[in-house]
Amino acid sequence: MTGFEPRRGGGAVATFSGFEADLLRSLASQLVELLRNEVAAPTEGADPLERLLDFSGPTTEPDDPVLARLFPTAYPDDEEAAGEFRRFTEGGLRDAKARSAVLIIDTLEEAGLPPELDEDGLHIDVELVPEDAASWLRSFTDVRLALATRLGVEEGDEDFWMSLPDDDPRTHVHDIYEWVGYLQETLVLALSG
Amino acid sequence: MSAVSTPMPVETEEPDQALVVDRPWSTVVWNDPVNLMSYVTYVFQAYFGYPKKKAEKLMMQVHEDGRSTVSHGSREEMERDVQAMHEYGLWATMEKVE
Repeated sequence: MTGFEPRRGGGAVATFSGFEADLLRSLASQLVELLRNEVAAPTEGADPLERLLDFSGPTTEPDDPVLARLFPTAYPDDEEAAGEFRRFTEGGLRDAKARSAVLIIDTLEEAGLPPELDEDGLHIDVELVPEDAASWLRSFTDVRLALATRLGVEEGDEDFWMSLPDDDPRTHVHDIYEWVGYLQETLVLALSG
Repeated sequence: MSAVSTPMPVETEEPDQALVVDRPWSTVVWNDPVNLMSYVTYVFQAYFGYPKKKAEKLMMQVHEDGRSTVSHGSREEMERDVQAMHEYGLWATMEKVE
């Protein structure tokens, strides 16, 4: 596990083990599924012309706590303005976030990650141009927000996570959360170097 | 960076709409236990084009005071900024400057 390093000409490079690449793909896939799962616009699935002509979108906060964190209420004290803002932004934000997660999946598979990981000793070399690196960065944020919301991560609770026994499933998920944080930190560094 | 749709201005029924629209608004970014300090600084530099020093100062405000006002402008401009912050995964809200 080495994280990202600056790429000659801008962007970043990293080498993942097959296991790490497979885990990243799985996290990104779950994010895509979540973003497309709870219906964003009431007309999804309608005929394409109807969809183009219908500008409606959701006006209330999503039920899922992860989605509520990914799409915060912009006007905390004005329900009507908050609803309007959500109606005009949430659909586009969902698409943008899903596209970023799909880019992670596509990049890993183009770099040689097979559909089913069944061999040991696989190494996946990833090379990101600046624009793609910025997209990965945003998606790492979404993945970390999702994991943290599910885990109930709070400010200054490091001792609690350290105190959990190794066989607690939350320990495993928290380790993954920390690992994605490490990847993100090294990617920020690689881009500002 | 991928583009997202621009929010449309919110209609109001007040007759003095011009005054309401002209009133300056701001974008507030709130602290959360997840986002890395380095990433928040990166976002302020990448999106707003702020120099590193200013971006770090705003990031420290978020971290220590729990919130920071990161941009000012018209309601439409601030809705664009808040939407962009949400795309970056930061917790941002609109605030009317009193």
